[in-house]
Amino acid sequence: MRPALTIARRELAGYFATPVACVFIVIFLVMSGALTFTLGNFFGRGTADLQPFFGFVPWLFLFLVPALTMRLWAEERRLGTIELLLTLPLTQGQAVLGKFLAAWAFCAIALALTFPLVLTVNYLGEPDNGVILTGYLGCLLVAGAYLAVGAAISALTKNQVIAFVLAVAVCFLFAAAGSPVVTEFLSVRLPLLAEIARGLSVTERLGGFARGVVALRDLVFFASFIGFWLFANAVAVDHRKAD
Amino acid sequence: MPALIEIDRLTKRFGGFTAVDDVSFTVARGEVLGFLGPNGAGKSTTMKMLAGFMTPSAGTARICGEDVVDRPVAAKRNLGYLPEGAPTYPEMTVSAFLSFVARVRGFHGSEAADRVAHAMRLTMLEGVRLQPVETLSKGFKRRVGLAQSLLHDPPVLVLDEPTDGLDPNQKHEVRRLIGQMAPHKAIIISTHILEEVSVLCTRAIIIARGRVLADATPADLARRGPSLEAVFRALTLPKDAA
Repeated sequence: MRPALTIARRELAGYFATPVACVFIVIFLVMSGALTFTLGNFFGRGTADLQPFFGFVPWLFLFLVPALTMRLWAEERRLGTIELLLTLPLTQGQAVLGKFLAAWAFCAIALALTFPLVLTVNYLGEPDNGVILTGYLGCLLVAGAYLAVGAAISALTKNQVIAFVLAVAVCFLFAAAGSPVVTEFLSVRLPLLAEIARGLSVTERLGGFARGVVALRDLVFFASFIGFWLFANAVAVDHRKAD
Repeated sequence: MPALIEIDRLTKRFGGFTAVDDVSFTVARGEVLGFLGPNGAGKSTTMKMLAGFMTPSAGTARICGEDVVDRPVAAKRNLGYLPEGAPTYPEMTVSAFLSFVARVRGFHGSEAADRVAHAMRLTMLEGVRLQPVETLSKGFKRRVGLAQSLLHDPPVLVLDEPTDGLDPNQKHEVRRLIGQMAPHKAIIISTHILEEVSVLCTRAIIIARGRVLADATPADLARRGPSLEAVFRALTLPKDAA
């Protein structure tokens, strides 16, 4: 665990040493705020909660998180530092975990910086802050799920554009699987598939958290989803490290 | 004396192309092995397999008795490795980069700081310790890579072209440093500079097309022809061209 944390620290410092952190956080804050107040009709709804915000976050992350992960391994390959990293005395699993934890911590920082929304809603009304907290937890888990997917795909290719487009596509599958368009279409034709699609959807799971429900099966879903993609990531790094 | 580096029938194939073909040799403590060969001969591939970065198609290598395929982490603990081109994270400062490597290698607190300071002293990096690596010249970058490989005072050093890109003074310093450490370590260096081998190495291996063509002391090799360079050319050029 200790080597993984050392790597995570270096990675996280790396985000803030380059413009990546600034661009990501500013775009995320501007977009999430703007969408919540305009499309989300924050003031007009007359309810003191952050439902519109939690509704937009997974779709924002859909594009922003792959932008974060596309360089995770591709950049190491381009610089040749992957050879340095993987000849240090640590396992591939520790390197994978370290990079993932750093990216996840970074997303947590971005989410935490939306705190003015929480202050606003508390100033305007009396929201259930427990529900807001679980909503944030759900957003963080969605970010983790997208990150795990994006990092694994980044390990498969040297090309950052390919890594980005593929990661968006795969994350979109898991985001859209629970949307009414997909489930209604499937429930008419293939009811069984509709159930599976809803079960695999990260947005559907987030809905529960945003309503204040922390269900064990949702936690197990995110843990195994992230675990599976991290494992795939370690396998991909091991097989393609020297290519 | 037990060999610190054992390379045992190491083979690497890329599709139908055999980059390293059944290479075996050992390096004992106190030896400095010069690894010579034309570009594409399989030098870097052999070193990458020894460092545990590339998985061999067949055969294996052992560092201090630890198999690099079966026990990679244990093997890497005893190894200092300078990859080809001395890659480093460009945005990090020299001291931050070396501290990172020290922490990954399991040093913490004042011991890590001492190790970093010592490595910077050996490679004369103190003057640039707070500069980001990307702002440094090629010679300094190479020395950062070298410092990283020396940090934990490993019994085995594998250096892929350690003096490439250095000016004559820096080359001299690096050679002096390697010479100083030589009695206590097993060292492999790859190089294109034949005179470096005569000055620095106790033994030279010439490799071409993935096979070991000669394994002798530099003096013995030089006696086979008018000069070391002539011997190198005679061995490594294809027969019809020579």
